[in-house]
Amino acid sequence: MSTAYFEHDADIGIIGRGLTIEQSFESAAHATFAIMTDLNAVQPIDAVTIDFDEADVELALVVWLNQILGKARELGMVFSHFYVHRDGDHCHGKILGEKWREDLERGVEVKGATLTMLSVKQVGPIWESRCVVDV
Amino acid sequence: MNIQQLLAVHPYLWTLPKAQGQKRAEVLLYGNQVLLESMDDKVLEQIANVAALPGLIGAAMTMPDAHWGYGFPIGGVAAFDAEQGGIISAGGVGFDISCGIRFLRSNLNMHDAVPQLERLADRLFATIPAGVGEEGHIRLTPKELDQVLLAGAQWAVKHGYGSASDLEYVEENGCVSGAVPDNVSELAKKRQHGEMGTLGSGNHYLEVQLVERIYDQTTAHAFGLYEGQLVVSIHCGSRGLGHQIGTDYLVMLAKAANRLGIHLPDRELACAPIKSPEGKQYLGAMNAAINCALANRQILTHLTRETFAEIYPHAALETLFDISHNTCKEETHTVDGKSKRLFVHRKGATRAFAPGHRRLPARYRDVGQPVIIGGSMGTGSYVLVGADTNQAFASCSHGAGRAMSRNQALKHWDGRRLIQELLQQGVLIRTRSMRGAAEEAPGAYKDVDQVATVTEQAGLARRVAFLRPKVCIKG
Repeated sequence: MSTAYFEHDADIGIIGRGLTIEQSFESAAHATFAIMTDLNAVQPIDAVTIDFDEADVELALVVWLNQILGKARELGMVFSHFYVHRDGDHCHGKILGEKWREDLERGVEVKGATLTMLSVKQVGPIWESRCVVDV
Repeated sequence: MNIQQLLAVHPYLWTLPKAQGQKRAEVLLYGNQVLLESMDDKVLEQIANVAALPGLIGAAMTMPDAHWGYGFPIGGVAAFDAEQGGIISAGGVGFDISCGIRFLRSNLNMHDAVPQLERLADRLFATIPAGVGEEGHIRLTPKELDQVLLAGAQWAVKHGYGSASDLEYVEENGCVSGAVPDNVSELAKKRQHGEMGTLGSGNHYLEVQLVERIYDQTTAHAFGLYEGQLVVSIHCGSRGLGHQIGTDYLVMLAKAANRLGIHLPDRELACAPIKSPEGKQYLGAMNAAINCALANRQILTHLTRETFAEIYPHAALETLFDISHNTCKEETHTVDGKSKRLFVHRKGATRAFAPGHRRLPARYRDVGQPVIIGGSMGTGSYVLVGADTNQAFASCSHGAGRAMSRNQALKHWDGRRLIQELLQQGVLIRTRSMRGAAEEAPGAYKDVDQVATVTEQAGLARRVAFLRPKVCIKG
C-alpha cells in the first residue's frame, strides 16, 4: 500500500495504491489525512464506523472520503488508520484516530473529495484510486 | 494556455472560434496575453464545456484571474434562463458556497496603530478560530441552525453579532430568499456543529491592511477610504456545511443530468434544469449555504470588532461591503435590448453592479458597487468599483488566482522562513500551519497588480484603492 500526490492548479490530487480496491481506498484516505497532520503522531484511540451504498466504484471512493471527512469535522477528530470492506454495492468501514490535540502538527484542512480527475483502476497488479481534494 | 487557438476581440478580450459542427455558445476570455498564457489549458476546455450547457444566455466567460477548477473554471461566469431550459450547476457554484470577503473600514490611521500592531495580531490570532482542528465557540441546536440558514447575517445581528447598519452593506441585506433548510443533509448540518464563527484554512484569511494608494478620489470618498487608513478584510465562506451541500448535490445532479439526457463531458458539471425537482432542491440548499456564509462572516466581524476594542478603545470598524464570489443568483439583465431574469453562476467571480443599480445601497448608488480583489499575504489587494462598461453580466475578477500548484509551492518555500521574510517586509503572519504558509506563498499567486489593471482595462471594473497587508491571520 502506498500514497502519492498529483498536480492541480488550486487544490491537491491524491493517489492511493493497494493490492485490492479496498486497500487503494484505505491508502487514498491516508493520503487525504496526511495533508492535515503528521499521521505518525495520531493515536488510534477511538473507532468510528462508516456504512454506505454506492454501485459506481469511482463515486464510492468519493463517498468514502467525504464520509470520513464529515465524521472528522462532526467529532472534532483526526484519523490515522482506515479499513474498508466492499460487499456488492455496500461499503463498511472502520476508522481510528483521536480528538485534535494542541501538539498535533497543523497542516491544511481538506474540506472534501471531488469528482475531478477521479478514477479507480487497475495498473498491473496494483489498484490505484485518485481524485482531487478541495482544500 | 496556447493562445494561438484564440482570436483577440481587443487586447483584453479573446474568443475561442468554434470547430466545424461544434454546438455551443460563444466563449469569451477576459485577460491580456500574459495572463492568458499563464493559464492552464484546462481553463479553455472547461469554459468550452460550459458553453455547451442548455439554456445558456450570451457567452460563457472567464475573468482575468481564471484558473483550472471543478467542472467550471474558477473565474467562470455563465447565465442561464430558466424559461429556455436553463440549468443550475453545483460545479458552477463551487464547493465553498458563497465564499467571499467582508471588508471593514476603520477610523484609525495605520501610523497611529503601528505601535500596537503586534499585540493586535496576537489577540486576533487568539480570538478568531482558524485552521484545521480548530472549532468555534458557538454551538447551535438543530432548530437554531435552521434559523441561521433561513436568515443569514440577519440572524447573527439579531443575536448580538454586529449591528443592523452592517446589513445595509451586505449583498441581499444579509439574507437571500429561497433557502430551504430541509434540503440540507443531516451530515452537512452536523459538519457545521463546531464551525460557526470560524475562518477555515487554505486561502482563507483575516487581514489588517493599509490603504496605500488611492486611484479614484471621488469613489474612495464615497466608500469612506483615504490613504494611510487601516482597513480589515475577512475572507471565508460557508465552511463544512457548504462543502457538504456541494458534495451531496454533485452526485445527485450528475445522476439527474444523466436521467434527463443532458450530456456532461465532465461529471463535475453536474447540473439539472432550474425548473426540475432536482434543480429546485439544489437551489434551496445552495441559498441556505449562502445564508450560512453571510452569518459566518457577520460573526467574524463581531469578533474582530471586540478584539480591536481591547487594543484600540476608540476604534470603530464599519462594514464597507460584503461580497460573495461562489454563487448562483437570480438577477435581471438586459440581453439584446430585453430585460430578462437570469440565473448567473459566478464561480470564483465577484458581482460588480454598475452605478445606478437599484440593488446597491443608497450610499454607493451613484458610484457603483465596491469590489474586492483579494491578493496574496505578501503583495496586496485592490478595491475596485463596478463600471457601466461591464458586458459580463456585472461580473469581474475575485482574486489574484494561483500561478503555481500547492505541491509546487511546498517544494519552493519553507513556511517558517517565509514568515520571517514577510516580517522583514512589514507583514505579521499568524498561523499554526507552516505547510499552509508555504502553500500560500505570495510567489505561488499571479501578479495581483496585473489582474487588477487588466480588470480595469477590460472594462469590468475600475480601480479605487490599493491595500497593503500588515497583519495576516491564516488557517
